[in-house]
Amino acid sequence: MPIDKFTVLESSYVPLPIENVDTDQIIPARFLKATSREGFGENLFRDWRFDADGSENKDFVLNNPKYSGQILVAGKNFGSGSSREHAAWAVHDYGFKVVVSSFFADIFRNNALNNGVLPVVVSPEFLSKVFAAVEADNSQKLLVDLEKQSISLNGEKEEFEINPYKKNCLLNGFDDIDYLLDKKENIEEFEQE
Amino acid sequence: MEPKTLFDKVWDAHVVEKIDGGPSVLYIDKHLIHEVTSPQAFAGLEARGLKVFRPEKTIATPDHNIPTVNQHLKIEDDLSRNQVETLTTNCEKNDITLYGLNHPKNGIVHVVGPELGHTQPGMTMVCGDSHTSTHGAFGAVAFGIGTSEVEMVLATQCILQPKPKKMRITVDGELQKGVTAKDLTLYVIAQLGTGGATGYFVEYAGSAVSNLTMEGRMTVCNMSIEMGARGGMIAPDETTFEYVKGREFAPKGEAWDKAIAKWKELKTDEGAVFDKEYTYKAEDIEPMLTYGTNPGMGTGITGNIPTAEEVEASELPTFKKSLDYMGFELGDKLLGKKVDYVFVGSCTNGRIEDLRMLASLVKGKKKADSVTAWIVPGSKQVERQAQEEGLVEVLEEAGFELRQPGCSACLA
Ligand code: SF4
Repeated sequence: MPIDKFTVLESSYVPLPIENVDTDQIIPARFLKATSREGFGENLFRDWRFDADGSENKDFVLNNPKYSGQILVAGKNFGSGSSREHAAWAVHDYGFKVVVSSFFADIFRNNALNNGVLPVVVSPEFLSKVFAAVEADNSQKLLVDLEKQSISLNGEKEEFEINPYKKNCLLNGFDDIDYLLDKKENIEEFEQE
Repeated sequence: MEPKTLFDKVWDAHVVEKIDGGPSVLYIDKHLIHEVTSPQAFAGLEARGLKVFRPEKTIATPDHNIPTVNQHLKIEDDLSRNQVETLTTNCEKNDITLYGLNHPKNGIVHVVGPELGHTQPGMTMVCGDSHTSTHGAFGAVAFGIGTSEVEMVLATQCILQPKPKKMRITVDGELQKGVTAKDLTLYVIAQLGTGGATGYFVEYAGSAVSNLTMEGRMTVCNMSIEMGARGGMIAPDETTFEYVKGREFAPKGEAWDKAIAKWKELKTDEGAVFDKEYTYKAEDIEPMLTYGTNPGMGTGITGNIPTAEEVEASELPTFKKSLDYMGFELGDKLLGKKVDYVFVGSCTNGRIEDLRMLASLVKGKKKADSVTAWIVPGSKQVERQAQEEGLVEVLEEAGFELRQPGCSACLA
């Protein structure tokens, strides 16, 4: 599927100040038997959101009505562990368009980009400020501008890195497959050689 | 001409285009698929209104989520059955060769590929399973991919990939008695750590490596992943050609002679440069034991678990947690520990050679009652061979339970 176009997003955000959140916490292994990409949002952070008996864990941030928005802000080293792409699907399916952290595991970052979720790497200092700000005021917003590669909190701005190719894909709402399909002729020519 | 590494030769020959400031478009010669990481890729393809671009370069076999008993019966678990059935439908719709459950050629994807001669030197190969690196044993560039990438390959027979860095690991000398390919690879992993080769593609070289059988080489390349590498490979030689020759999908006649001439070029040129090099002595390697929860936690069979002083302070808490899980203490000796389970199987140890070695060790003996011992052959062909060679009898007499082919305990 072509992915969602991303240009600018201003949104309130959900803080998850935990470090080393691995893909098994994002989407536990027992949910990998599905055959479609949809519906994983339901089980995003399953074992934190729900107790063993299936009842909601009121203390977990996604169950707290105070916090909402299309941006997830997480502690450092988000998405480590098993390479399952389901983790990126779950984050996307839940409705997040941006994940902010001071460090992402490589494969998760790639998977996120492939599925139209923008991973934004910020400095540890900026990250602390973002956490502090939402604690003080839960309607606090973040402004993410992909073209300018910048993220701002109350006018305080930081720039982030993104591979120029991936940036172009997100801005135009096409993914790697669209890019490759566009190259079919070159590929067929290559096969002749 | 500038000297090139084996990896460069194969990679460069498959680059359709290099994107400025981005990855390369890499052409894939063989795409292996299974039931767990392919359904969403097929669904994506369908949503775009596309069919598989080069079905003749795709091979399918269900292996990850299948039961290893009673395979002739309906799969009990609804979700697993649905995955297997979805794979069948997708293959039928797209004219893809499928070695389905109970098919005489079914088995673990990385066992089936080489066994049937699909795997050949100089190829690029991918599969939605990290241990695809196995096929590097033939001098192929082979690596695991995610589901979006599976969809890419189905749609265009290409993948977008940044070129990894290059590492060479040389092991010279002769392996001691009782030291196998698995010990060699566990030794290297224990030296480098589980992240030691992250971002690299590894070439294994040296006399200890070239003296290995193909099965041994596959084990070594398979486990490259355990030190973080993207893949591992070994230059093809007479051992390789001997193994491939005559297999069902290997080139025949004139095509074979041509192929051999090409394959002989596949080695690292004198003077080619690697980003990193390590050299080890085969004589230093003992049979290895791992004592923890990751393959980097290993030591020679006469060794000890490190003491608190020997572990890096920052790692100590996780290290201890892992030992707690195992029921071990810092500094413990490993020889003499009780054995609870024996599992011989998976794409590293489910080949006929492994079963032969095991049978030669346990022949005429009996396992202790307290030990649970499972053998899971890597493929239907291995299962048949084990029967024909009388290995099954030997193993069953020794008290081992023989199961049916599949990934089994590796995934579950
Ligand atoms: S045996 Fe394990 S590593 Fe090998 S293909 Fe199956 S799940 Fe992957």
